Amino acid sequence: MNTNEVSYMLEIKDLKVNIEDKEILKGINLHVNAGEVHAIMGPNGSGKSTLASALAGRDYFDITHGKILYEGKDLTELAPEDRAREGIFLGFQYPVEIPGVSMVNFLRTAINSMRKYRNQEPLPAGEFLKLMREKKKIVEIDSDLTNRSVNEGFSGGEKKKNEIFQMALLDTRLAILDETDSGLDIDALRIVANGVNYLRSPENATIIITHYQRLLDYIVPDFVHVLYKGRIVKSGDKSLAKELEEHGYDWIKQEVDMDA
Amino acid sequence: MTDQEKILNEVTGSDYKFGFYTDIDTETIPKGLNEDVIRIISAKKEEPEWLTESRLKAFRHWQGLKMPEWAHLQISEIDYQDIIYYAAPIQEAKYQNMDEVDPELIDTFNRLGIPLEEQKQLAGVAVDAVIDSVSVKTTFQDTLADKGIIFCSFSEAVKNHPDLIKKFMGSVVPYTDNYFAALNSAVFSDGSFCYIPKGVRCPMELSTYFRINAANTGQFERTLIVVEDDAYVSYLEGCTAPQRDENQLHAAIVEIVAMENSEVKYSTVQNWYPGDKEGKGGIYNFVTKRGICKGDNSKISWTQVETGSAITWKYPSCILRGNNSVGEFYSVAVTNNYQQADTGTKMIHIGKNTRSTIISKGISAGKSQNSYRGLVKVLKGAENARNFSQCDSLLLGDKCGAHTFPYLEVDNKTAIVEHEATTSKIGEDQIFYCNQRGIDTENAISLIVNGYAKEVLNKLPMEFAVEAQKLLAITLEGSVG
Repeated sequence: MNTNEVSYMLEIKDLKVNIEDKEILKGINLHVNAGEVHAIMGPNGSGKSTLASALAGRDYFDITHGKILYEGKDLTELAPEDRAREGIFLGFQYPVEIPGVSMVNFLRTAINSMRKYRNQEPLPAGEFLKLMREKKKIVEIDSDLTNRSVNEGFSGGEKKKNEIFQMALLDTRLAILDETDSGLDIDALRIVANGVNYLRSPENATIIITHYQRLLDYIVPDFVHVLYKGRIVKSGDKSLAKELEEHGYDWIKQEVDMDA
Repeated sequence: MTDQEKILNEVTGSDYKFGFYTDIDTETIPKGLNEDVIRIISAKKEEPEWLTESRLKAFRHWQGLKMPEWAHLQISEIDYQDIIYYAAPIQEAKYQNMDEVDPELIDTFNRLGIPLEEQKQLAGVAVDAVIDSVSVKTTFQDTLADKGIIFCSFSEAVKNHPDLIKKFMGSVVPYTDNYFAALNSAVFSDGSFCYIPKGVRCPMELSTYFRINAANTGQFERTLIVVEDDAYVSYLEGCTAPQRDENQLHAAIVEIVAMENSEVKYSTVQNWYPGDKEGKGGIYNFVTKRGICKGDNSKISWTQVETGSAITWKYPSCILRGNNSVGEFYSVAVTNNYQQADTGTKMIHIGKNTRSTIISKGISAGKSQNSYRGLVKVLKGAENARNFSQCDSLLLGDKCGAHTFPYLEVDNKTAIVEHEATTSKIGEDQIFYCNQRGIDTENAISLIVNGYAKEVLNKLPMEFAVEAQKLLAITLEGSVG
């Protein structure tokens, strides 16, 4: 336990981020406890994906101010691969294709890299395949998908399912799902949501980044935050998402812009 | 530091693992190239008169030639009088028993991963070990002889099988072929000879391991493979050299003759010393490799993994003379630091229904230049000839170059020739995706590059595919861990 007796899984303190001298995040404050699901919503260009990237450790921007603490550790001091090894998983908005590298090979490399970080022996091939079989069921993924090259020739839905599959396989503790619902039909949306719900537990936390409310019909968040112009301008429970669904973002924009 | 910069730093930090020198008593002749030197080499090899004459003829022809300049290469001038053309570990005769072999030599090949003791070798691989100008040991000769297969050093073949050598040497690559072929035909010292008689499927992989050891020397070896009707052989060559500041010249000839219904698979893992990070030293690798599908339904397949050498200039080619004959060329060429490669193939379609496939994967890193150069030629009589070429280039960083020079000459209307080419950069996105799954940048590059080259690596014999994968990783990674 922390001395101040509050131990968040993730704590973002007044985070400011620049891309090429333009301030994209203008002071984000957020804390996430284990067991919680947070939804971050907002109009396009509000900084949602930048926030996801900052958590995962992409380096095309500068953190100019603030702190990100993950389980008490300063996240900005960890390399992206070490953040992953500490249990942070980013579900990509646009999963990347890696030709010629089979999913099986890719995931075995990933799992064994993580095990090495924890001073564990590599997972024997048999156990690895068994683990894959188990996790595949969660997202109703075709078995031949894992023999194909990473994301190559996958449909939009397959790519997103593949992200959730990896999330399940890689001992995720904090999942950040960046627009996972974009480009999905209702069936795929349901499968992806089932996967997320299946993995929901008192030890794990999830941050869902989305533009639309519809994913939240399937995954009920504990908290909803609205990100606008680089700041969290409103937080609430799931009813906030409903409100946004009915009235759009304009009323929030007006409120904020009037204050300014 | 961005990921791109990190990659650049890492790839330029790699070390050459085979750069050691073995201190053995070596007999060398004085530097320089003239008719006397050629006579000395021939005398050292106790060659018959016809071969001495053939060397001299090649030398006289070479003197009238100029070094070719059409390749996309910057080659500093080579002083052919400043090279030693013959260097050999001092030995009584070719070793028959292991206990006669200098322990230093055994140790050298052990360090290279090529044990000369048969019982220690990979099951099913016979090796001809060539150091500088001579073959020191050929393994499994007796086992192979039981099937009528001849596998021996070129010098031995000249002594013991002169008719075969006379008949086939120079029949695919004549001394008039090009500048380096003429040079090799004049001064070649050793190499391997392989003969597979009619109807025999060679039961093991045959391989030649070329090692340059002595300083200031050139290596000029010849390999000749003759495969009779309905026979098959899979052949592999590997090459390494010590790390030195001077450039060393390697100009080899490989000839393959494939008769009716026969098949030859020729695989190369070329890892000559590439020079240091500043581009100092390294091997000049100027090689002529060509096979002829003489008989109907014959097949020659070249697979090469080129990671070494300061400069590579080679175009393993197929002359598809027999009807229905097949030529294949699968290549991965990696260049890093200041390495230069100009490599590709020639597919010459003469017979009817001849088919060829070219898959070339170039990988450039550092400040290197990597070119694919390939000719597909379909002659008038080559009805229904087919060719498919795919040339991909992968760039790591933005200081290197990738180039593609395809040449098509089609004189028969029924021919179908396809060419596809792509150039891609190893993506920051790809690397970050791997990072986000816990894979560090170095392993990510290795994974991505091996995935990219997989189509070609799959064509290698299994044991070597694993080695080649490691080699790709070593060539492109830093010396971390």
